Amino acid sequence: MTAPRLVVVSAGLSTPSSTRLLADRLTEATRSALAAGPAEPAVDVIELRSLAQDIAARLVSAFPSPALAEALDSVARADALIAVTPVFSASYSGLFKSFFDVLEPDTLAGVPVLLAATGGTARHSMVLDHALRPLFTFLRAEPVPTAVFAASEDWGGTGDALTDTLPARIGRAGAELAGRLEHRRPAPPAAGLTGIVAFAEQLAAVQRH
Amino acid sequence: MQFGVFSVGDNHQDPVTGRAPSEYERIKAMAAIAVKAEEVGFDVFATGEHHNPPFVPSSPTTLLGYVAARTERIILSTSTTLITTNDPVKIAEDYAMLQHLADGRVDLMMGRGNTGPVYPWFGQDIRQGIPLAIENYALLHKLWREEVVNWEGRFRTPLQGFTSTPRPLAGVAPFVWHGSIRSMEIAEQAAYYGDGFFANNIFWPNGHYKELISVYRERYAHYGHGTREQAIVGLGGQTYVRPRSQDAIREYRPYFDHSPVMGGGPSLESYIEQTPLSVGSPQQVIDKTLRFREYYGDYQRQLFNVDAGGLPLKTVLEQLDLLGEHVLPELRKEFANRRSPGTADGPTHAARVAAAEEERQG
Repeated sequence: MTAPRLVVVSAGLSTPSSTRLLADRLTEATRSALAAGPAEPAVDVIELRSLAQDIAARLVSAFPSPALAEALDSVARADALIAVTPVFSASYSGLFKSFFDVLEPDTLAGVPVLLAATGGTARHSMVLDHALRPLFTFLRAEPVPTAVFAASEDWGGTGDALTDTLPARIGRAGAELAGRLEHRRPAPPAAGLTGIVAFAEQLAAVQRH
Repeated sequence: MQFGVFSVGDNHQDPVTGRAPSEYERIKAMAAIAVKAEEVGFDVFATGEHHNPPFVPSSPTTLLGYVAARTERIILSTSTTLITTNDPVKIAEDYAMLQHLADGRVDLMMGRGNTGPVYPWFGQDIRQGIPLAIENYALLHKLWREEVVNWEGRFRTPLQGFTSTPRPLAGVAPFVWHGSIRSMEIAEQAAYYGDGFFANNIFWPNGHYKELISVYRERYAHYGHGTREQAIVGLGGQTYVRPRSQDAIREYRPYFDHSPVMGGGPSLESYIEQTPLSVGSPQQVIDKTLRFREYYGDYQRQLFNVDAGGLPLKTVLEQLDLLGEHVLPELRKEFANRRSPGTADGPTHAARVAAAEEERQG
């Protein structure tokens, strides 16, 4: 089996960014959970900040810039995706949403996804289930059960006494994504002439109604 | 190979002068562009069809009939005729009528339109876009070829003992192109009938139509109309030409920046680099147009859009003069030099009548 492709989309805006930091921790957790398996994943990290203008341009024109096309193609070839956004105004950031808006439909169908978000306070953490999870359900991706929210305080102490610590949640989420990668399905055959419906069949389908 | 001009028929305020032409001015300007196109040596003029502002050409055969009376040689065509929301019976009659008045100088291009609400305005459902295109064209094809038609379908009231009038000139239907930006079904439809396939080739990246055109060629051969190379392919393109390329860029920039399709997105420079848009000297337009052949193979018709986004008529006519004098002769020569043997000619009514005659005599 070829090395699985793990694509990481990070919508953090500053450098260094806690969103990217979380993305890297999740990538590492996935990689170490896979270490026992047959193949080291090939990881591609996409920083949306550097594509911000290209994404905006794509929203108002019919085609992506070469750099954006490369990123979209990378996502299309992903065996698994890690998607991390900062919380902006009670949801994912507009940049994060816009990137998924310009993906071709069905790109993520059936692709396992690890969802994560960062914010100033843990009071935003429901964004994972109220905003991110419905978006990826619409895209027909397959989010793993554990999504990870990192509030500012998580980077210091042990956080809330009633929940697992950030490292524990990262480890669990990474293991879940690794599990999906280990049981990934074979890639569907490439589209091409095989996808053509003969004209007689098209005409018959119209007439059957 | 045929060269022509195609207009969307958009009527925009000129972003440089702020002047907004009236509908009267724009409609007359479209006719003037068509007449000028013939005068400078183009072979085809095609108009869009739209049913909402800021577009003016809702009635293509009225415009083309007027142009037919003022020209002698140029082929009158459409870009596109809405096969989804027009009644195919009316298309059959309108274009056969035009064909008679224009002495056969008529063909047309089927399209599904770019404005969602047109479907409900004409009592149709956009989700049925492809089935409408398939069924309506099947009826249109029959109406032009069979004297008496009995027909029943899903989208239109049935016909019993119906004869579309007038009959096509010399019994030969206008040639039909099918235009599509991404629908394989339409490439397959064009191939099935042995009709032409047209890629608008504006606003989309270089090479965007490779798969569609390749599928069309493959299926054209599959249905026994000829070889892949004999399939009939047309391409669009958009140009702004000046003797010096820096003048072209400087003058065109405000029109690009205010274009409802191109403005606000990628820069003019990246648009020129990534898409078929040519803004520059005659030589740059020639070089870029010759590259289309490298993407799509030998083709039969090249249409240029030269009047979009509020360009004043005077500028458009200057464009046509420059294209006619410096670009067309070179393109004709260079395409002829590169052309593989066995490539089809651009379709004309006279050639189709001759072919039909030959077939009759066996």
